[in-house]
Amino acid sequence: MMRKELLERARRAKTKKAALGEDIAIENFVTGEEHEPLNSLNEIPDEYKQNLLDSGIEPSEKDRSGSFLQRDCSVVFSTVKYPGLELMSTTEAFKKHDWLKDYLWKAIPVDMDKYTADVELDQTHGYFIRSEAGKKVTMPVQSCLFITSDKIGQKVHNIVIAEENSELHIITGCSVSHAVNSALHLGVSEFYVKRGAKITFTMIHNWSPGMEVRPRSAVIIEDDGVFISNYILMTPLKSLQMYPTAYCVGKNARATFQSIVYAPGDTKIDFGSRAVLQGEGSKAEIISRAIATDSAKIVARSDVIGEGANAKGHIECRGLMLSDSAEVDSIPELKAKLKDLDLSHEAAVGKIAEEEIQYLMARGLSEEEATSVIIRGFLNVDITGLPEALARETKKMFDMSLEKVM
Amino acid sequence: MLEIKDLTVEVEGKEIINDLTLNIERGEVHVLFGPNGCGKTTLLMTILGLPNYKVRKGGITFKGVNIIDLPTNERVKLGMGMSFQHPPEIRGVKLGDMVNIAQGRKEEKIDEDVIELAKRLNISDDFLNRDVNRGFSGGEVKRSEILQLLAQSPDFIMFDEPDSGVDVENIELIGRILSELLDRNKMPSKRKKAGLIITHSGSIMRYIKADRAHVMLEGRIACSGMPNEITKNVMENGFEKCVELCSEKEGTE
Repeated sequence: MMRKELLERARRAKTKKAALGEDIAIENFVTGEEHEPLNSLNEIPDEYKQNLLDSGIEPSEKDRSGSFLQRDCSVVFSTVKYPGLELMSTTEAFKKHDWLKDYLWKAIPVDMDKYTADVELDQTHGYFIRSEAGKKVTMPVQSCLFITSDKIGQKVHNIVIAEENSELHIITGCSVSHAVNSALHLGVSEFYVKRGAKITFTMIHNWSPGMEVRPRSAVIIEDDGVFISNYILMTPLKSLQMYPTAYCVGKNARATFQSIVYAPGDTKIDFGSRAVLQGEGSKAEIISRAIATDSAKIVARSDVIGEGANAKGHIECRGLMLSDSAEVDSIPELKAKLKDLDLSHEAAVGKIAEEEIQYLMARGLSEEEATSVIIRGFLNVDITGLPEALARETKKMFDMSLEKVM
Repeated sequence: MLEIKDLTVEVEGKEIINDLTLNIERGEVHVLFGPNGCGKTTLLMTILGLPNYKVRKGGITFKGVNIIDLPTNERVKLGMGMSFQHPPEIRGVKLGDMVNIAQGRKEEKIDEDVIELAKRLNISDDFLNRDVNRGFSGGEVKRSEILQLLAQSPDFIMFDEPDSGVDVENIELIGRILSELLDRNKMPSKRKKAGLIITHSGSIMRYIKADRAHVMLEGRIACSGMPNEITKNVMENGFEKCVELCSEKEGTE
């Protein structure tokens, strides 16, 4: 599709409301001032360092194969330390690689809703990450989308490509400075997992109560490809709606989504994951844990669509209610379009059982400590498929986020 | 160590324990027999201070402290421990985590000493990494409870049916380790620990030497005596008959 045609379709979808989530007036948000580029991630002002750390980003760049930082609407840092790995802003990548247009809006329709349309019409960068064929970049790449100014509308388009038999591990942190009262993050992410390749994507959202967030993500997985997403959200925000979709198009393609969401305050979250199992023997697993407290409202969706022979999908979503004014709405869906399929789901929403608290108190914990141990346990999803160091680190990030809310 | 005086307990508005008096001294192990529903478990839960067990009358002192108004964890800190008959499963909390909690440790890593203890109970590393009580067999529940108690090392230990739903081999193992936990291998004057064991079948009594046995009926202690005698009587004649014989004896004296 030509760029002209994409723009035309985007223009027509400019006012098209999203199927889910509250409608946001995009025009209330601005591009803001340009920020100066940095020579190293460590040059970021001290007041922001904690924000980065809280979203899993290492300002020292230690144990990272590459680092990318976009502040508001400016790409202020991008560097790569590993051969076979490419990392730069999408804007730059389009200048460098003519072929990249073949990946543009191939996983997500540009006119899906007004948010995708706006990212096409008014894009402010985003990151491009690519691992060359056969290159296994086990050290993670980190990318951070950071908002530091009030009323900013950050509209990124990310493209990630793992070429054949390559491996890519990404930590992405989305964060906001405490000085921001209200801002908008629109993030389109298109992932392409080629034959025999693997991408793990660990995303930590570290937002604040004034943030409106509309990620739009999709993954196309070819033969024997693997995509693993780990999503962690522990901070309050105004509203978030996302429903990333993995298309397992290849034979034995595999997708895993694991999401951990803790919603305090007046947070409104409508999140989910969808897997479309088209390839023969393709597999998907969707695991989510959602905790709602105070007056938070969570809709936890999951959807597995079986279209390929011998495809296998499983959904496991659990919700925990910590307050009577909170709400959890769990909606697991399975669709079978063939007979040779194995699709299953388990969903549960409940409160903390008294007898669990008493049991822990009988081992010496106070009621408060016992509650915290149970919540920790509830959110404790074994992260699989990550290199050992990254798994350890993700666990640490998770513990840290939990420490902050408990 | 534990003094219970004229204790009356209600659970959900229903009186379960009625005017019960029981003293357990340091170094002593008592056994409590009784049919289902007689109030044995209620007694243990009340000693432990679980919130659904409302004390209407009487008192409990532990190591000289009146514990009636203390929450469970404070009682545990004073040196009380409990092996549950039907402990709840807790998702994402591993047996290893429970052991660390029982030991009062904050670390995630499990103490080497505990791993040694676990080995003696035939508990593997894999088992320590399983969610506590989730899918555990009868024998596994008992061994997990005992491991937690070993880590906690309380001065006064309550066991709720350590022999129910456990095969013979496991009963022997459990009995041996309980004996050790309760200082049974030491000379009587050297024994510092005390215990209260509930048993329905009495099969654990083959492996633990107790100092005193009681039969509980309808919320009160109906008969007390030497463990051998009481066990034999209960086994041969059943609970009601045993109590009858006890009171007959009383009558002729």
